[in-house]
Amino acid sequence: MDKDRDKAAFEARLKAAEEAARGPKRERAQKNAGSAQRAIELAMRLGVEMVAAMVIAVVIGWGLDRLFHTSPWLMILMVPVGMVAGLRNLLRAAGKDK
Amino acid sequence: MAGPKIDALGQFTLTTGLGPLGRAVDFTNSNEMMLAGAVIIVLLFALGLRRRALVPRRLQALVELMYEFVHNMCVDTIGEEGLRFFPLVFTIFSFILLGNLLGLFPYFFTFTSHIAVTLSLALFVFVFSTGVGFYTHGLKFFKFFVPAGVPGWLLPLLVPIEIISYLSRPVSLSVRLFANMTAGHVMWEVFAGFMLLLTASFGILGAFASIVPLGLNIGLAALELLVAGLQAYVFAILTCLYLHDAVHMH
Repeated sequence: MDKDRDKAAFEARLKAAEEAARGPKRERAQKNAGSAQRAIELAMRLGVEMVAAMVIAVVIGWGLDRLFHTSPWLMILMVPVGMVAGLRNLLRAAGKDK
Repeated sequence: MAGPKIDALGQFTLTTGLGPLGRAVDFTNSNEMMLAGAVIIVLLFALGLRRRALVPRRLQALVELMYEFVHNMCVDTIGEEGLRFFPLVFTIFSFILLGNLLGLFPYFFTFTSHIAVTLSLALFVFVFSTGVGFYTHGLKFFKFFVPAGVPGWLLPLLVPIEIISYLSRPVSLSVRLFANMTAGHVMWEVFAGFMLLLTASFGILGAFASIVPLGLNIGLAALELLVAGLQAYVFAILTCLYLHDAVHMH
């Protein structure tokens, strides 16, 4: 009986010690502390993010055109797709750290 | 017009380093700086952690700060299991940071200003994170390209968009770093060349007027220092984000 209680107390202390060794839990609030840093990071990212999707889409369209001899229709078709993909990139980058 | 000319892109030409031996094996000045960056980071850690004091001194504090910074970045972005990728993220971060910072010194070459270097780094990250995705989820990783909760008839439209969005990652990752480093150094060179032009054209008056571009260059130096750190940070955190996507799939 007494032994059981000792064991339970030991387990509790062990758990507390393990918790302490793992370090304090970081709160969500602390993440927002570097919000200026996040803002600059986002500003750096967004412009390129949009253009890159467009470039990839046009390159894919151009390559498919060369493959199927349909120049320039597939490239033109890929332009709106690339634009939407760029916007998707933007939304994902902006919404990630809410 | 005779006299000084602004040669903004000359600073990015590759030459061979390390004398005749380097010339024989095409060891470029870019490789020289990469090697220097790697040696510096290893030495920094070897020297900083030699003492292993409980209360760190300056060098040890610097090293621990860097370690904890990347450590927190990994845990916050990827999650607890992200620590598996800590060595990779830390290597990428420190390599790019040292490359950017060393490039700020006069006469030093900035290896991150070449798209070949940044693109190979970005492609490595891209291929690696895709590999991690397939390793952890198997063929289910293809579901990553199918957004959840959309009607079926939209899928033929949305899947190509998602795929292009995914493929654009290495491009945006590499172009961002390359463009930032190149643009900063070109601006520096242009303003510095403008000072020489002013002095050559207007004599003593021009020398006085060239205080303005000099001031701009001093401001730019501060900005470049910020950009050097920030771009390394952005590259590392995006690596973490991509790994997060590969591990958690959403």
